[in-house]
Amino acid sequence: MKKTTWFILGGLLVALLLAGVVSNFASGSPDGLDSASTKGCTLDENDEITGGSCMAQNAKDAETADSPFADYGISGIGNSYVSTGLAGVAGVLLTFAVGGGLFWLARRRQPAESRE
Amino acid sequence: MEAVALHISNGVLNGPVSAIYGVIALVALAYCVSRGRRDLDDRLAPMAGLVAAFIFAVQMLNFPVLPGVSGHLLGGAMAALLVGPWVGALCVSVVLIVQALVFADGGVTALGANVANMALLGTAVAYLLIALLLRVLPRTPTGLGITAFVSSVFAVLAASQGFVLQYALGGTTDLEHYSLGAIAGLMAGTHLLIGIGEGLIAAVTVVTVARTRPDLVYALRGLKRPQPATAQGVAA
Repeated sequence: MKKTTWFILGGLLVALLLAGVVSNFASGSPDGLDSASTKGCTLDENDEITGGSCMAQNAKDAETADSPFADYGISGIGNSYVSTGLAGVAGVLLTFAVGGGLFWLARRRQPAESRE
Repeated sequence: MEAVALHISNGVLNGPVSAIYGVIALVALAYCVSRGRRDLDDRLAPMAGLVAAFIFAVQMLNFPVLPGVSGHLLGGAMAALLVGPWVGALCVSVVLIVQALVFADGGVTALGANVANMALLGTAVAYLLIALLLRVLPRTPTGLGITAFVSSVFAVLAASQGFVLQYALGGTTDLEHYSLGAIAGLMAGTHLLIGIGEGLIAAVTVVTVARTRPDLVYALRGLKRPQPATAQGVAA
């Protein structure tokens, strides 16, 4: 197999480990945008807006909130480590398939002397 | 389980502004495709797929920046260094589209706004700095690492202010307690810290690739400069 293929596979393995395992140790706090978006509002213990005035006041659920992968989990899997990990693995593979596929289709075809 | 919202949700920006940014994003992405195709060959295409997948993975890794506030990598600077600005912007866009359509992260109506901030503005600012810095700094792993760090910090700051501009143009709530200036300051403060985190991740990643396979780093071939005989490290 070509050296580059091995590099891509190695990189994918790292990405799978990050999304599948390390992701469970990520901070659960709201990110910079999310935290600024609720400044000025009062929140209940589920971080739902209860009053005040803030940027996220009229925020609505994503159209895809019913997706089986919504919120980086897999619906129906109770164990949150497994759920997050599998969602991460699925996301990495899907992103690689979609991105890599589109980039492959869009690539500039090389003349016959390509380095196979 | 907490809802994970990393990007702009539906309903935060009004319809017209969301639509305008959707059009801007579409036009800009089409341009990126046409420019990026010149860079995309049999070797860059799978590498770009990997960069997109890697950004997806690292975006899941929120790191704490302040008590109760976290941040995650956006990825534009890293992508621009590894696969060039045009393909790099497309990589980040692919991640944002997958996140919105499959993971319910970021509203679909806000997709244009999210793409404009993180994939377009962030990557553009990063690439301007990359082009500048790599003319001054040595093209060694150290030089690349510094470039990755600095360009990431400013790309993240720019993306955060891109959102403030969008909110100024079409935010759906009239804020009673905070002025837009205060929001801009808040966003700049947290995103400076997030940018530093992203900069460290991007620097480690790019330096690792440059040490393993320098031939796969776009920034090491994109800038047409005579290769000095003493390109230590990079050529090794």
